[in-house]
Amino acid sequence: MSHSVELADIGMTFGTTRAVSDVSFKVEAGEFFSILGPSGCGKTTILRMIAGFIDPTEGRVLIGDRDMKGLGPNQRPTAMIFQSLALFPLMSVRDNIAFGLEARGVGRAERRAKADDLLRLTALEGYGDRMPGELSGGQRQRVAIARALAVEPGVLLLDEPLSALDLKLRQHMRAELRALQKRTGVTFIYITHDQSEALAMSDRVAVMSAGLLQQVATPRALYDNPATPFVARFVGETNAIPGRITDVRAGTARIETELGPLLGRAGQGAAAGVQGTIYVRPEALMPGGTENPLQAQIERVDFEGSFALVHGLFDSGAALTASVPSTRLADAPVPGHRAAFGFQSAHAVVLGDG
Amino acid sequence: MGDLKNRFGPGLSTIFLILVLFWLAVMVLAPNLMMIDYALRPNLPPAALGGPDDTYSLSNILYLAGEPTHRAIFFKTIWASGLVAAVTFLVCYPIAFWMAQRATTGQLAIALMLIIIPFFINEVLRTLAWFIILAYRGPLNAVLMNIGLIDAPIRWQGNGGVLAAMVYAYILFMLLPIYNAIESLEKAQIEAARDLGASPWRIHTRVVIPHAKAGIATGFVFTFMLAAGSYVAPALLGSPGSRWFTEIIYNWFFEGGDWNRGAAYALVLLVLCLAVVLITLRLFRVNLTDVAK
Amino acid sequence: MRADRIFHVMFVLYLVVFAAYLFAPLIIMGAASFNESRFPTVIPWQGTTTDWFRAMWADAAMWQSLWTSVLVAVCVVLIVVPVGTAAALVLTSLHARARSFAYAVMVSPLLTPGVVIGISTLILWRQMGVGGGVFLIVLAQSTFIICYVMLMVMARLQRFDRTQEEAALGLGASRTMVFRRVTLPFLRPALIASAGLAVLQSIENYNTTLFVRGFETPLTVFIATKVRTGLTPAVNALALVIIVATVIGAIAYEIARRRRAA
Repeated sequence: MSHSVELADIGMTFGTTRAVSDVSFKVEAGEFFSILGPSGCGKTTILRMIAGFIDPTEGRVLIGDRDMKGLGPNQRPTAMIFQSLALFPLMSVRDNIAFGLEARGVGRAERRAKADDLLRLTALEGYGDRMPGELSGGQRQRVAIARALAVEPGVLLLDEPLSALDLKLRQHMRAELRALQKRTGVTFIYITHDQSEALAMSDRVAVMSAGLLQQVATPRALYDNPATPFVARFVGETNAIPGRITDVRAGTARIETELGPLLGRAGQGAAAGVQGTIYVRPEALMPGGTENPLQAQIERVDFEGSFALVHGLFDSGAALTASVPSTRLADAPVPGHRAAFGFQSAHAVVLGDG
Repeated sequence: MGDLKNRFGPGLSTIFLILVLFWLAVMVLAPNLMMIDYALRPNLPPAALGGPDDTYSLSNILYLAGEPTHRAIFFKTIWASGLVAAVTFLVCYPIAFWMAQRATTGQLAIALMLIIIPFFINEVLRTLAWFIILAYRGPLNAVLMNIGLIDAPIRWQGNGGVLAAMVYAYILFMLLPIYNAIESLEKAQIEAARDLGASPWRIHTRVVIPHAKAGIATGFVFTFMLAAGSYVAPALLGSPGSRWFTEIIYNWFFEGGDWNRGAAYALVLLVLCLAVVLITLRLFRVNLTDVAK
Repeated sequence: MRADRIFHVMFVLYLVVFAAYLFAPLIIMGAASFNESRFPTVIPWQGTTTDWFRAMWADAAMWQSLWTSVLVAVCVVLIVVPVGTAAALVLTSLHARARSFAYAVMVSPLLTPGVVIGISTLILWRQMGVGGGVFLIVLAQSTFIICYVMLMVMARLQRFDRTQEEAALGLGASRTMVFRRVTLPFLRPALIASAGLAVLQSIENYNTTLFVRGFETPLTVFIATKVRTGLTPAVNALALVIIVATVIGAIAYEIARRRRAA
């Protein structure tokens, strides 16, 4: 029984600080939805508004098409997993998991049975009588998840729950969370500042910056068609070359840069006569390519395993990052030398700077 | 307040607020206001209450200023309380320094326990202990006469006895704040000072004491206040020549039968203590939050 | 090197004197309760006896005063623990500026001399027709003992992760249940410790109690009166029993605390 979540023109002001302005989006029932942004962008504020810990100063929160105004966190069909996990240190793992059921007045035997089910689901069998302090980081993580799932929430809210784990465990838990979401069908709203986390797990991602919603899209669309300069720079690596847009025709924009005229797909704000920037992904830059030719001085080549990253400076002085698959390492430029690159116009996007 | 309601809901928050307001209004504020009211009114027979003579005046306080014996006892209580604080400081400082900087963990645990145990014991009992030691034919005189320091027993009761018992009673209030303050001083700072050729005296006056000044101020404030407000030590160990201000207050209430004057005297004592607290804190730039630990 | 040595010897001497200063009074007082002498002393020793303990045990007035003290202490605990806890919770919920003002008001009873608390309580309640007695003793003592409870609970609250409260709320708990199941269990050790401290403070209080006692004679007043009117080693015997009881209590408490912490 999962719910949709809709934010309608949400705004939040703390004293004189504007934390969130005019945010609207709808999360479909059963979706894995992430909110991605640097710290302080307002994403945690949004999550707390959905959970009901704070009331938005403007706008409405709808869960399952019901307006949540005036409903406290304990009256909403949501459950939250906190960054600090916030397990109850003085209760056993089983009591932690059964807490939400206890709050709903579920009888002791039924609580116990349900908690044991969840212990099995999260591979914590046999740990029910331990105290949270006796568990490892990954186990504590799973207790937090089980505790939230025990109340059969329509929406599960996750506030950077993996940030305290080391890299290996984090990657493992990512897969586990994703699988759990598929299996339970619960709507997940996941907050993170780690873009690879958001891209890997989510059905759709909302990108936020400075309290404003930048773009809501599938991970693929976010990467290929960033709607704003912020998204283009924040999601994934990119080469940004500024210039003046001279012509927009049939979805293709022409931009005059210090490196010469370049062509790319016309994105948001691309119109003839405005200042703009062309964004080219590292993997789109082909050594020796002739379309949209660029010259650069190569500084170093970092071998990363499946690919190598080429770092250098364009003739305009802007930084260059290109990635070359390991299978084509022979084509890679040599540090200390000049090299020519090119890219297909379809792999670059031109946005207005506005 | 909104935050409180948000945390505990309207029901519990209301209960919490009622409890706290009851405490502050009925137990803290109202008694003090009533005491001030009493202090400013004359002592009248019940029939004259509310009559033409029942007016506010400073006469009860001025009476203290005009009564030479009471005035002398008042000033004596102030300087004697200051003396108690100073002597307590001298007694405590070396051991506080040793505990904070030199003692091993084991020594520290034992020292803390040994120092705290006597303070679990009631002030009246501690004073009783001194009463017995200082008795005219008591152990202290016997020991001193035995080792030949004195020829005839000394009458300790009076100023000396009161000082000894008060210092004894307030050691912990001086020692713990100083210990806490010195404990936060990096050992390396003392080593650096020594390395630079500073004498032990200089290390203490220039490095340790400035660092610990908040703790020292706290110790002074508490010791002074407790000494000035003490009743049991002067009552049991004092002599007619060593009367304490609190004893006069007590007499106004239970022997002189003039509660208004008693209230005025108590008010003077309260103002004195608060003034000493605030001035000391301001002088040493200590925050009230650091005092009450 | 020589100077260091002299310094060291002097310091050890100081420690010995300090320890003697700390314990000699208590030891002498305790020892005197076994001396046959009419007046409590250890010199001269007139023979060892336990008669004074028997005398103390048979003293009905002593039992009456002990009962008064215990009754007062129990009532004090029942008042100060809830009020002190409420004060700590209210204080930590306030915003910075209001908080520092409220804090100053709430610790002011600690900076008020005990006799003044007793006097002001007595004056207020006599005005309302209530004279000294158990009720006023409880009220006057609670006025400042609440501060100790508040400070101990606040110290504990500082280590509390408030997202636990939010987590419980988010799981559907009512605010009352959050308090009962999450906040209160966390505060429990501080509440127990402060109740213990409150009992100790109440029983040993003299300065405040003296003014509001009315016709009651709590233990401290009983002892002080004995000292002035007819001190016999029976009072020492009582003192020794109290000392042994408090020390055992303190040690037991400390052991329990360490075991919990471990």
